[in-house]
Amino acid sequence: MPPRLGVFKFASCDGCQLSLLDCEDELLGLAAQVEVAYFLEATRQPLVGEFDVALVEGSISAPEQLEQIHDVRQRSRFLVAIGACATAGGIQALRNGADVNDFLRLVYARPEYIQTLATSTPLAAHVQVDFELRGCPIDKRQLVDTIVSLLAGRRPRTPNHAVCLECKRAGHVCVMVAHGTPCLGPVTHAGCGALCPGYDRGCYGCFGPAASPNVTSLSQRLSATGFAAEAQVRLLSTFNVAAPAFASGRVALPVATPA
Amino acid sequence: MASTQRTIQVQALARVEGEGAMTIRLKDDVVEDVELRIYEPPRFYEAFLRGRDAAETPDITARICGICPVAYQMSAVHAIEQIYEIQITPTQRHLRRLLYCGEWIESHVLHAFFLHAPDFLGYPGALEMARAKPELAELVKTALRVKKAGNSIVRAVGGREVHPINVRVGGFYRLPRHDELHALLPELTWSRSAVRGLLDWSTTLTYPDFEVDYQFVALQHPDEYPMNGGRIVSSRGLNIDVCAFPDHFAEMQVPHSNALQARLKSDGSSYFVGPLARWNLNHTYAPELVRQAAAAVGLTPPVRNPYRSLGVRLLEVLLAFDEAVRLIEAYEPQGPPTIPHQPRAGVGHAATEAPRGLLYHRYETDNQGLLRTAVIVPPTSQNQAQIEADLRQVAASLLPLSEEEATLKAEAIIRNYDPCISCATHFLKMKVERR
Repeated sequence: MPPRLGVFKFASCDGCQLSLLDCEDELLGLAAQVEVAYFLEATRQPLVGEFDVALVEGSISAPEQLEQIHDVRQRSRFLVAIGACATAGGIQALRNGADVNDFLRLVYARPEYIQTLATSTPLAAHVQVDFELRGCPIDKRQLVDTIVSLLAGRRPRTPNHAVCLECKRAGHVCVMVAHGTPCLGPVTHAGCGALCPGYDRGCYGCFGPAASPNVTSLSQRLSATGFAAEAQVRLLSTFNVAAPAFASGRVALPVATPA
Repeated sequence: MASTQRTIQVQALARVEGEGAMTIRLKDDVVEDVELRIYEPPRFYEAFLRGRDAAETPDITARICGICPVAYQMSAVHAIEQIYEIQITPTQRHLRRLLYCGEWIESHVLHAFFLHAPDFLGYPGALEMARAKPELAELVKTALRVKKAGNSIVRAVGGREVHPINVRVGGFYRLPRHDELHALLPELTWSRSAVRGLLDWSTTLTYPDFEVDYQFVALQHPDEYPMNGGRIVSSRGLNIDVCAFPDHFAEMQVPHSNALQARLKSDGSSYFVGPLARWNLNHTYAPELVRQAAAAVGLTPPVRNPYRSLGVRLLEVLLAFDEAVRLIEAYEPQGPPTIPHQPRAGVGHAATEAPRGLLYHRYETDNQGLLRTAVIVPPTSQNQAQIEADLRQVAASLLPLSEEEATLKAEAIIRNYDPCISCATHFLKMKVERR
């Protein structure tokens, strides 16, 4: 029996599970080695049985999802959280510091029809997660590596150092040093291949905090180049807004009210 | 019982991508009501965009949809550029059209072969199709290669396939080098020929006999098949500037859905956006190659059968490859990557043609360029009322069918619209309530 793979979704944009379908060269080969047993974006196969590997996208943000994530956990031997929503709560965690009822009233004329939780939280806040793939979106090469590792019976590994190392390795000129462009590369988790500096742009933190990031030091440097504290708060408040290292980095910034 | 005729105007977006359900209500075996429920949890984009820098809109709104992020980026930058009075260069304009071509290709091919085709061939999905027969495996392989060619455009211009990083207010961060784009040409020209073969294949499918005199709505541009701009026109004579969108269309909240439904304000009627609408309203702007292909496969307008949107998507894929080849052959990276600009207070509107239809954005900024309000009307909320109308029309014919058959048939109706519920693939849970 081939291993059973399940792909699950919570609150998200579907971009991370799409990354699997974007593996155009690998997809059919992969499908020959595993049974893609549940993947709503690709097949009508109903949700039955247990899974050797579950790829889970999205954050927990609605009441019914509190139970669903436990169900997925119980069915799955190895649960991989894929993407910033699943690993950090996603951009929808911007509501966490606000009153969700205000948000409801802004978007809906009749908020009473809508069921939502006050916070958007990562999977690990609810169940044990066996492995996390960072990114908004995840990198499809890392996704393939992860699946191949698991098929080979190896624990997957992805580097947890900063984007800066990837950037140096790619031979890019440092956008911050050379052009004064604000860049989160020094504190952001590797995985994208230092994409943005290759496009003359500063990193904006899609992969969340690297291991032991020094956000305060980066902030001091950004402030010294005239980058306003409010803008720094915004830069740290996107797809990984609820990641602890980014959150504590924001708190240290001298702004009156959070953006 | 809740009524769908409630007229509540909502100036803000609710999430539609995600999961949906449908309920058909019957009374004495007569269809009483049909509800398409979208229960994807709301993510409150329009709420948390308030106070953000307008420059952040392309990166933030891209995250609304992993399948059509370019559409969100394009509508966002055009709306903000209207406020900041930015005129982009011809090079930037061509690159944006090229980027959009890439997204149309990857999104349409994904839909046609992975989401739509299994309905006609009777498989749970394309992976199962590929396993079933060698000729279907070849078909799926070709589709994947063509899809990859589309993604290669998005990657070259945008930096990556999902949530591109190179788009910004005022243009791009960096103009792609000549060689980065020219390297794509061999695969793009191969794909253009391959799509012609895929179109021929699409004529071998059996399409249900179902035609509706839809009210089609799409952009129309004086010089080209619409992607990044134009006026909003309809098959019933509407012809308005994009800024007038809120005067003619209203989003309403219905009790059964987390998505808002759009309707025409004048008479509350539903309407149809997407490839079928674009093709019917704009086919004369398509290149000769595409019009000839359409004639050869029987898709010369009017096309009013929504199942045949599969072929129309492939026509648009052919068009996108043809445009992409032309744009790349003429490409020279000229002018600045970004037009310098200053924040200012104002209101900006933009609509572009997402793969699944018209996508309208409206933003209001303060004098520092921070957003005061944001309104986003995605194609699926515009199609939702029309999808329900189609379901109502077929509902009676579902009654004699088994639960499984009825579910499949109703799902197929919804998939015709390629709803931006990305897992719209096979998302439907149908509940037949008999009283």
